[in-house]
Amino acid sequence: MTTYTPPTATAEETAERDAARVGGLPPRAERGSPWWLYAVLGVGLLVMSLPFVWMVVSSIKPEAEVRRVPPTWLPETVTTENYQTLLDRLSFPTYFVNSTVVAVVVMLGNLVFCSMLGYALAKLDFRGKKVVFALVLGTLMVPGIAVIVPLFVLVTNLGLANTFPGLFLPYLVTPIGVFLMRQYFLGLPDELISAARVDGAGEFRIFWNVMLPLTGPALATLALLTFLASWNNFLWPVVVAQTEDRYTLPVALALYSVGQNATQYGVLLAGAVVVVLPVIAVFLAVQRYFVQGIAMTGIK
Amino acid sequence: MATVSTTPAPVAARRGTTPLRRSQARTAWLLALPFLLLFAIFTIGPVLASLVMSFTDMRSTDLRTPFAVDPAGVSNYVDLFGDPLFRKVAVNTAIFVLVGVPLTMVLALAAAVGLNQITRVRSFFRLGYYLPVITSIVAVAVVWRFLLQPDTGPINQVLGLVGIDGPDWLGSTTLALPTLIVMTAWRNLGYLMVIFLAGLQTVPREMLEAAEVDGAGRWQRFRYVTVPVMRPTLLFGAVITSIGYLQFFEEPFVMTNGGPLDATRSMAMYVYDQFGFGNYGIASAASYVLFVAIAALTFVLFRALRSTD
Repeated sequence: MTTYTPPTATAEETAERDAARVGGLPPRAERGSPWWLYAVLGVGLLVMSLPFVWMVVSSIKPEAEVRRVPPTWLPETVTTENYQTLLDRLSFPTYFVNSTVVAVVVMLGNLVFCSMLGYALAKLDFRGKKVVFALVLGTLMVPGIAVIVPLFVLVTNLGLANTFPGLFLPYLVTPIGVFLMRQYFLGLPDELISAARVDGAGEFRIFWNVMLPLTGPALATLALLTFLASWNNFLWPVVVAQTEDRYTLPVALALYSVGQNATQYGVLLAGAVVVVLPVIAVFLAVQRYFVQGIAMTGIK
Repeated sequence: MATVSTTPAPVAARRGTTPLRRSQARTAWLLALPFLLLFAIFTIGPVLASLVMSFTDMRSTDLRTPFAVDPAGVSNYVDLFGDPLFRKVAVNTAIFVLVGVPLTMVLALAAAVGLNQITRVRSFFRLGYYLPVITSIVAVAVVWRFLLQPDTGPINQVLGLVGIDGPDWLGSTTLALPTLIVMTAWRNLGYLMVIFLAGLQTVPREMLEAAEVDGAGRWQRFRYVTVPVMRPTLLFGAVITSIGYLQFFEEPFVMTNGGPLDATRSMAMYVYDQFGFGNYGIASAASYVLFVAIAALTFVLFRALRSTD
């Protein structure tokens, strides 16, 4: 399910919060909520979050304590040995850098190329516009697994197997990104463009200097979605990265977890922490940015 | 930046072929070019090539000479449907979708309705339920594999406290697939919950209040007011989740390696395995079956979606 990263989740979330702001109070809130509802939702929250808590707590236990029966909840001995193993023996710093480089390039590519086409589709008149838009819509749902074999043949013959370009080139543009940017550009007033034309600005300058700076919240959403998708991507990297120096974090973690390190619980859980925690941190940080973006557009 | 004054000139200029219109078209194509180029090379091309390859006898030895392969007619598809393993993975994948999608939808809807009723710490709850969605499936699968360990895993330890002798979840041919389904529902329900929460905002409060005045209870209001209004949202959720679940791959890859006895091997894993064996033609054929299933599902469900409008 590599391609199943939530395509519109955060956009939906933003829209929802927007709607709540416009509509005033959340519906039916004024009736008050029964205590048992909080209890049920609280239990649900525990089920959702305990695996992560257990992951973090176990990653700082010595190997023997991770496997102890009955298990300890809080570590009796706190150790960094699992993380030391990741650093010294398993070259996780390399995988971390690889994952970051690929995710950042993928994110930048999508920000630039998807907003370019999104703007053209939303605000410019040209022959073939309908065809291009139909192409974008019609390919929203191409699953990664459907193209994996020919993509590997192509990338190999381009001499890009086991290289960074091989890892990121297929993901530099995504139809969902074009769709998102087009929708956002549609909501911006045409008068801005007309006025800039009267002022003598060229078409490209209007896009880059006048319109693009107004799309902050959409760009933030797109950045988050594409970064996460790339960071968590597994199917393509596991095919195209053939030597350890090109592994991304999920590839390394998956291969170690089924390989000879499969029984080192503590080390693998520390590896999972390294994959998961940055994503949670980025998400929490950008969530705040979303709220700011909505506040700014609300004021404007 | 320019002021937002009304300037009638561009509106008039948009009709007919003016310099403005030509420069717009030129700019539009320049802006579209990088996307179209990359998309043609890395998505459209491979989608078509995959179809062509599925009718050839291409193997990994042809990797450097992909145009020198021989046509094989429909033999890959004949082999595929004659392979008991392929039928097995197709059934596994179907079970995964048919059980997993309703399970995820029900849990997500319950969570969304619950969150919609509370006033305090709602965004905190929403964030908590959403967190698994953004995390790597590989990492989550590693964690769950240890949680589910028969002897030392916390889940069986907790069950032991209440006197239940927990089974070997991932080692049993009957339990492994349901266990993966539950875990996947756990990971994805937050995504649907956020979509459903947005959908719940579209249910007019007046309708709910009118139903209450007419004597409808909580369940009746939900069943006869909320669900019909949310039908498009629910269908959208079903489509998106089905498309995702049809491709399930990482969970069995990390947690069971498709076992025990292929009980959790999925169609995507089959494609990956055939690719690994070097059977490119068969791998392409299998991936196209999956692709067509996904396309058909999308089409059918979006048709249903449109008919509700």
